[in-house]
Amino acid sequence: MTASTSSSLLRVRDLKVAYGGIQALKSIDLDVAPGELVAIIGSNGAGKTTTLKALAGLLQPSAGEIHYRGISLQNHAAHQLIQEGLVLVPEGRGVFARLTVEENLQMGAYCRNDKSSIAQDMQHIYKLFPRLAERHMQLAGTLSGGEQQMMALGRALMSRPKLLMLDEPSMGLAPMMVVKIFETIRNISAQGVSILLVEQNAKLALEVAQRGYVMESGLITLSDSAANLLGSAVVRRAYLGS
Amino acid sequence: MRNALKHLSSKGKRGAWIAFVMLAIVLLALPFFTEELFGRGWVRIMDFALLYIMLALGLNIVVGYAGLLDLGYIAFFAVGAYCYALLGSPQLGLHLPFWIILPLGALLACLFGVLLGAPTLRLRGDYLAIVTLGFGEIIRIFLNNLNAPINITNGPQGISMIDPIRFGEFSLGNTHELLGLTFPSVHLHYYLFLFFTLLVIFISLRLEDSRIGRAWMAIREDEVAAEAMGINTRNIKLLAFAMGATFGGLAGGLFAGFQGFVSPESFGLTESISVLCMVVLGGMGNINGVLLGSMLLVVLPEALRHGSGPAQQLLFGKTLIDPESLRMLLFGLALITVMLWRPAGLWPSNQRRRELVAENDAAQL
Repeated sequence: MTASTSSSLLRVRDLKVAYGGIQALKSIDLDVAPGELVAIIGSNGAGKTTTLKALAGLLQPSAGEIHYRGISLQNHAAHQLIQEGLVLVPEGRGVFARLTVEENLQMGAYCRNDKSSIAQDMQHIYKLFPRLAERHMQLAGTLSGGEQQMMALGRALMSRPKLLMLDEPSMGLAPMMVVKIFETIRNISAQGVSILLVEQNAKLALEVAQRGYVMESGLITLSDSAANLLGSAVVRRAYLGS
Repeated sequence: MRNALKHLSSKGKRGAWIAFVMLAIVLLALPFFTEELFGRGWVRIMDFALLYIMLALGLNIVVGYAGLLDLGYIAFFAVGAYCYALLGSPQLGLHLPFWIILPLGALLACLFGVLLGAPTLRLRGDYLAIVTLGFGEIIRIFLNNLNAPINITNGPQGISMIDPIRFGEFSLGNTHELLGLTFPSVHLHYYLFLFFTLLVIFISLRLEDSRIGRAWMAIREDEVAAEAMGINTRNIKLLAFAMGATFGGLAGGLFAGFQGFVSPESFGLTESISVLCMVVLGGMGNINGVLLGSMLLVVLPEALRHGSGPAQQLLFGKTLIDPESLRMLLFGLALITVMLWRPAGLWPSNQRRRELVAENDAAQL
């Protein structure tokens, strides 16, 4: 099922990360093809967030290869990766609580200096999330959880990502809001942005994704098309509660 | 002065020009009025208020913008002051001109800022506070003990007979007659300090509104997210330490030239805490608030010192409590009251105000 080397946007081989003596990632192989929406599902502590953090350059892997658009990311710092279009929306949304919604969105374009197209993108984000337009002068910390997640997505889009990595976008949100956020993720994907989605809500994640990986204590244990994973007895028992 | 400073920061509005001229006149005439009304001692207090404003604005960059709690900030003030004292006094026999020593002191403080920043990059909150506190104390203890085996700092006795600030033959240490007006030394220092304070305010305003300023605030709010936005958090944090320290070093140099004497005891932990109080009390991250906080915290203890005696005479007919011991009590009480009533500071930052405006707009829809 893995995409071939030449066509893959992100190619990870034998990625290992340790926190002190504890091996959080034992050996991770994964691929994301251009335009693809890939989900990583798994329980608490499986290493999903660690994987994304390592890919975003926020953690130093102890071994392994990460190739993004054919370039090895061995010596890239986090702030360089965003310029290459590799963008993470961190777990818990990471909004700048005491900055306004507008300032938050502007921070997303921190690495860009094309003023006119930044302004255009801002209008585009406001069209995508009318709720944010209404509240553009409000402090981000006073938004509801769902609105904050929308803002975090909008902020990430402001950096014109090629590969968007989302860490638990459904966390702590009301069910109605979760549905809305996933609709948005589907929209973003439809516009051609590749997405690597980490989720505990396995059912929702596999419903929007094309392919999925199942992660367990630092290892990928299953990898298949999302439809197959949704139908698989193992996945159903372990993650879908039926 | 408070209103005047408010005008200063309101940018490009109608009547701004008139306000600016009025403000300039008020600021220029202020030492003369103060001397006339309250005596020359108060002009000296104003000089100190200006030094503290520079310090507080420097600390505001580190604490207010970048959110890095620094409890050893006075060390940079000490570095600037001792740099000036050592290079412009009989202590080492060097008498370099003021325009060399002052930038040198600021630069040295900047280096010390990086020196403190580099090993503490991964620390936040209380941990950072402890390390910076230690750093401040180390600098002070060094200055206290560097009189043996080679006498560099003259130890606890401090360095005296520091050269006054001098432009060519024009020394700020003497009284001068200009345009039919008498300018005593404290007045001349007032103008010099005012110039540097305005410079520091200007730089702060520009920084606040810049890419760097926004990066600092992003780091303050959420460091991981800031990094995920593509901010080079390491360099930007170091820059905050360096900028803050530079302002501190500048103020230190001016202080040494003004006082003519420096000793380690001027740079203790209480001084660091005083400057932090000015920033927090006024309103962290807001220049107007920091200005207000610094002026209040310099003027209030002095006013209490001078005012509490006569006030007791008026109320009870005699002095019940020694004004000197009463003033710190009242001062502490004032601090607690402000923090209870206005936890965000006397003059909270813009964001809060803008938020209220947005809410009002929403209510009208």
